[in-house]
Amino acid sequence: MQDKIELLKKKIADAIKDVHSSDSLFQIKMKYLGKSGEVSELMKGMRDVPKDKRPEVGMIINALKTWAEEQFGKLDKSIKARELKKQYAAEAIDVTLPGNTGRKGAYHPNTLVRRELISIFSGMGFTVYEGPEIESDYYNFTALNTPADHPARDMQDTFYITDDLLLRTQTSAGQIRVMEKSAPPIKILSPGKVYRSDDDATHSPMFSQMEGLVVDKGITLCDLKGMLDEFARKIFGEAVKTRLRPSYFPFTEPSVEVDVSCFECGGKGCRLCKGTGWIEVLGAGMVNRRVLEGCGVDPEEYSGFAFGMGIERIAMLKYGINNMKLLFEGDVRFLKQFKA
Amino acid sequence: MKLPLSWLKDYVDVDVTAEELQKKLFGCGFEVEELIEIGKEINGVVVGEVTECEPVEGTHLHVCKVDCGAHGVKQICCGADNVVKGIKAPVALVGATVYATAKDHVTIEGVMTIKKGKLRGIESEGMLCSGVEIGVNGDMFDGGDYCGLLLLPSSFENGADVKPLLGLDDCIFDISVTANRPDCQSVLGMAREVAAVLGKKLKEPDCSYTAKAKGEKVSVKVIAPDICPRYIAHYVKDVRPATSPLWLRKRLALCGLRSINNLVDISNFVLLEMGQPMHAFDCARLDGREIVVRRAADGEEIVTLDGKKFKLNGENLVICDGAKPCALAGIMGGENSEITNGTKELLFESAKFARDSIRKTSRALGQHSDSSALFEKGVCEYTTERAMARALHLIEQLDCGTVTDVHVDVKTEFSRDGAKEMTVSLNKINALLGIEIPKQKAVEILQSLGFGVNVCSDTMQLDVPAYREDIDGSADIAEEIIREYGYEHVKSTFMPTALITNGGYSEEQKFENRLKDNLVALGLYEISTYSFYSEKDLDMLHFPEDAPERKFIKIKNPIGEDLSVMRTTLAPSMVNTIVRNLRRGNTDGKFFELAKIYIPDELPLKRQPQEKEILCIGTFGGGTFFDVKGIIEDIADSINAKFEYAPAQKPFLHPGVCAQITCNGKELGYVGRLDPAICEELAMERKAFIAELDYQALRKCANAFKYKPVSKHPEAVRDLALVADVSVTCAQIEKEIYSACKYVSQVKLFDVYIGRQVVEGKKSMAFTVTFTPNEEAFTPERVDGFVKKILNNLKRNLNVELR
Repeated sequence: MQDKIELLKKKIADAIKDVHSSDSLFQIKMKYLGKSGEVSELMKGMRDVPKDKRPEVGMIINALKTWAEEQFGKLDKSIKARELKKQYAAEAIDVTLPGNTGRKGAYHPNTLVRRELISIFSGMGFTVYEGPEIESDYYNFTALNTPADHPARDMQDTFYITDDLLLRTQTSAGQIRVMEKSAPPIKILSPGKVYRSDDDATHSPMFSQMEGLVVDKGITLCDLKGMLDEFARKIFGEAVKTRLRPSYFPFTEPSVEVDVSCFECGGKGCRLCKGTGWIEVLGAGMVNRRVLEGCGVDPEEYSGFAFGMGIERIAMLKYGINNMKLLFEGDVRFLKQFKA
Repeated sequence: MKLPLSWLKDYVDVDVTAEELQKKLFGCGFEVEELIEIGKEINGVVVGEVTECEPVEGTHLHVCKVDCGAHGVKQICCGADNVVKGIKAPVALVGATVYATAKDHVTIEGVMTIKKGKLRGIESEGMLCSGVEIGVNGDMFDGGDYCGLLLLPSSFENGADVKPLLGLDDCIFDISVTANRPDCQSVLGMAREVAAVLGKKLKEPDCSYTAKAKGEKVSVKVIAPDICPRYIAHYVKDVRPATSPLWLRKRLALCGLRSINNLVDISNFVLLEMGQPMHAFDCARLDGREIVVRRAADGEEIVTLDGKKFKLNGENLVICDGAKPCALAGIMGGENSEITNGTKELLFESAKFARDSIRKTSRALGQHSDSSALFEKGVCEYTTERAMARALHLIEQLDCGTVTDVHVDVKTEFSRDGAKEMTVSLNKINALLGIEIPKQKAVEILQSLGFGVNVCSDTMQLDVPAYREDIDGSADIAEEIIREYGYEHVKSTFMPTALITNGGYSEEQKFENRLKDNLVALGLYEISTYSFYSEKDLDMLHFPEDAPERKFIKIKNPIGEDLSVMRTTLAPSMVNTIVRNLRRGNTDGKFFELAKIYIPDELPLKRQPQEKEILCIGTFGGGTFFDVKGIIEDIADSINAKFEYAPAQKPFLHPGVCAQITCNGKELGYVGRLDPAICEELAMERKAFIAELDYQALRKCANAFKYKPVSKHPEAVRDLALVADVSVTCAQIEKEIYSACKYVSQVKLFDVYIGRQVVEGKKSMAFTVTFTPNEEAFTPERVDGFVKKILNNLKRNLNVELR
């Protein structure tokens, strides 16, 4: 019996040497350790062993079994490792091949700028109000201190629908609607489309504006400047400064034109700022008392400021777009660049 | 407006450079759009005296010795026909820059640098110049137009730089004046501002005159006082039309006006100097020594002095004599009363006409002039009076007529004196600005701007200058002060007195943001197109005559027919965008636009129309109907809603590939394929799909999300290959499957087949059906039972069988 065992051990040791794959390992394993494998057969041979020798022989067979399992286990590990290596090699790819892209679309540049502006100002306590685009003469002009014979009506070429209805030329029209409906404190943003009879590289008959209005007690020109500084830093960069200079709008007094220091050259003068170091971005001013009065707000108690900017202008400055037409053409090659 | 520095200096002692003045004007609200330097290109040209002049045989040339003072005596070869010994002329020394002229000696062809050279073998160091060559014309210097040498007076010192002597050191400020400051549309008006900003005293122009003779009475009747609040006429006799003196011609030339004769030039000069348009009638040509200011009769005609004939109506203001219109008020005089060289007596007009009346007439007739431009901006009566006096002064100064005592000044009930008194509080001004302006500074600033100031403690009593009609209240005074004091004094504060407000988006705006986010995530590009289009765009999409889309709002004054109609559907704009992309070689794309359409209650429009937001989706290139429908289903899913689709018809969509979209029975919009016939007409080589959804209706379909418990047990999934009549729709089958078993959680079509493998008139459709258990796990037998029931129902109700 012992010889048999020794022989089997040697047989197993020899058989292992020829095993190189998981499949053949499995077959060998079954051959020796399976239900009717040779080691199991050996166990069955115990019947022929004298009773007194049986424990001893049993131990030897068990030792063989354990030894064999260990051998197979080791072999299994090394084969698996080898096989995995092969798999790795077979599955290796050129990681510089292109990824599967192109699933995402893009927002219109106006939407990007509009969202950015709204997020800046909503942090300062502004809510958003959107008024009608087809406005009455009253809301677009008269209530904004621009009566019928006012020369400022010439500043904007208006599209008329009837003698009294027109396509709004400015989102300032929204100011009046808000002031009529609500009492101070007022902090609103009024974004939307506006229309002027103008058509060239920097003007479009339709464009978008964002109007802002603050009415409360003790609001000053310094507050306007402070808020615009904050706005300019957030939209054009921390280093950007603002400059106020006198201007004229019928609905504000004093009125100012607001320039920001050129964010391309830092104010040294470049092509973008036409060598001046400054870029005109918006118009603003303290709300004219006639406008407040017209809306039922007491100018003795309250004051306020308003500002208005062209969204396309900001987008063109921010993204370096040189022709306003591009914004309305819908060319895929243009649009796909605005992934934000 | 154009402001020549030399002219400005008549009224203000300007002691800063042009660039410095430009900066200062910018700071106080007057942007100099361009600083035009006269004689910028001309350098190194001096006065020279021809001391010797010998003809060069066989040529038209002369060889000259020219005394250039400190620059020495130069030998110069000259081809001009007026070169003779003893004259003085400009000499361009070697290295000088002057204008190069064409063979005609008149046309400027650029700038050239003078080099030492040889002409016909004779050395020449420099060039004797004509007026043109150094940028001088006859209105700037006598003889400047002559094509030969510009002859200089013998008083000019040899060797002296010619630029200051000829006015070539001048510059012109081209200033943009804001609409509230019509008083600054003149040299004098700007001079007031310059005096204030430089802290100098203004020298007022001389407006004195003496009525030296008596004249025959002239009557003036203003029948339209609402649009002619003030009319002043003055009779001048024994006028002598002649060429104006050089100084006057030069002034006009600098501002771009041509000299006509002294009488016309005087009125143009006053227009530029004071901003008051004036008119001079040949009095002998007026019927009945009479002026009538009235609205034109319908159909009345006038020929203006540029020879154009106009048919007028009651909107137009005319100046008439006893019989006929003689001028289009404020715009242009009539040919019938124009000043000629034979004019003996004239009637000057200085008047104020209403801004919008002039604007309307000028636009309606397409007739514009310097005069109408000023009236449209607004003139003040203070200037109207002064301008007349100034013109009469100039008549005397130029000695070109006799000022009579015939002066008619019609002040109508609409006449208004700009001068006013006003009390303002410096505290209030400071409160508006947010800074403390030193009181003394405020007073100085206002005085420098011509205000009379009387300080009593905090308040200031002000006499507002008559020409400042824009000054309306305390805020205007605040602006006057701060623009002179300097905006750099405005500090940054952050509303320390304001109440805290809660900012941010409304729910509605958040919905819009989420919708756009989802569409972009689905691969769509957002576009923005014009809110107006052409009626032709509706023709393009085959909208029939009675289509509701043709009930549109028209713009009265569109830029062109292309942009004349407010849109009633976004589809044409989407199709145009797709066509544009295809023409540019872009082969595919997916777009969306969220914009308004404008729906009138009635036409013509009486009240504001409904502005309805529409979500339009358009795809072209790759993909099928189901890709676009998939986008819409994804939208439905993103708002937790379920949409239904039914076959529909649209004039511009493929009749077999078009669906109406509804949600809970409410119509939302449509989706479909662009009619191949239209594609062909538009030369589109790729398919396109269009959908429009009513945005507000869509918003109302949105349901809030709530968590639904998830079963611990796995779902059972079965694929069913069915055979149905061709007419049976997918939606019908889905509905049957859902209603047959409450555990069905999803029915998904994955294949449709029509062809040889199935009987004619039948189609094969394969669905994946998902059954979701509740508490108990499904046994396979149970699921088989469900399927059996489903198949039975399908057979019974739709005659659909398992394949």
